[in-house]
Amino acid sequence: MAQKESILDRPLNELERRLLNDFQEGFPLTSRPFRTIAESVGCTEDEAMHTLQQLQSNQLISRVGPVFRPNRVGASTLAAMEVPAERLQVVADIVNGYGEVNHNYEREHQLNLWFVVTAANREMLESILLEIEHTTGLEVIDLPMIEDFHINLGFPLQWL
Amino acid sequence: MIGNSESLISDPLDRELVQAVQGGLPLVVNPYAAIAEQIGTDETDVIRRLERLLESGDIRRFGVVVRHRELGYRANAMVVWDVNDKRVSEIGRLIGRQSCVTLCYRRPRRSGRWRYNLFCMIHGRSREGVLNNLQLLIENCGLETIEHEVLFSRRRFKQRGARYVTQKESRDPLPCQTSLTVE
Repeated sequence: MAQKESILDRPLNELERRLLNDFQEGFPLTSRPFRTIAESVGCTEDEAMHTLQQLQSNQLISRVGPVFRPNRVGASTLAAMEVPAERLQVVADIVNGYGEVNHNYEREHQLNLWFVVTAANREMLESILLEIEHTTGLEVIDLPMIEDFHINLGFPLQWL
Repeated sequence: MIGNSESLISDPLDRELVQAVQGGLPLVVNPYAAIAEQIGTDETDVIRRLERLLESGDIRRFGVVVRHRELGYRANAMVVWDVNDKRVSEIGRLIGRQSCVTLCYRRPRRSGRWRYNLFCMIHGRSREGVLNNLQLLIENCGLETIEHEVLFSRRRFKQRGARYVTQKESRDPLPCQTSLTVE
């Protein structure tokens, strides 16, 4: 799947746009999903599959697959830390070292490091947060979701 | 809607399936057959189980997960609100319906450290675009009197789908995506 050409250097074509926008939900659960997609957008099965491969290898999509309802498959939380600026990269690297961390951002706030931790259960989650506190000597604020108000149907893309 | 251990997916093969698909489908002609082979069942069973997880709502959506930043949505702000606990569900549902909002959760306050109990995420092509959307959100939902803060992202240290890894695999064997972009 190694790609020499990058699709980032040109505007996205119609097929790429449709694959990015129209299949954020309802990706076909059929034996040959790319053929199902091809029939609906009017291309070949091979084009549909290769275009998605290319979008993925160029990192325009992170994956094709399920988005789980929070806390149904395991436990998750949003954690926040106040990290001195000069230590931020080092602490972020420590946090990134955990496979259970899937998002990790610097944000403009006194609490400047925000990350999401997902684990098989709440106990494992808490032990990871404690370990990060011990390793860094900094407090980790644990903000688990209490209620979810958003119906996630994907993200409608607007093209420039 | 409230997360607790009773609500966890318990069927062992469902859990294996979750493990096999959480990082995304292999983009091959018969992806569900490939997953089936990995977990020791057949394609029809994989498809049936995924359909059932969708019906139950355990899988919220199934499809292409885009990377906002790479698609030009370079600005994202977490907006946090200090809402009266009696009104938080009502206001959360209102905010969660707005098209510019990509997440909306209630979270706990932490005495002396964190006062905000409602979180939403707004993506935009620019900082200005996000702030315009926020202004519209405030007007549409009548949030003028609710204290809030806007936490724009600066560096992204990591972004990928959740992996519900087991204890043995606890350390990340894969290099994570690192971005040094500063907005």
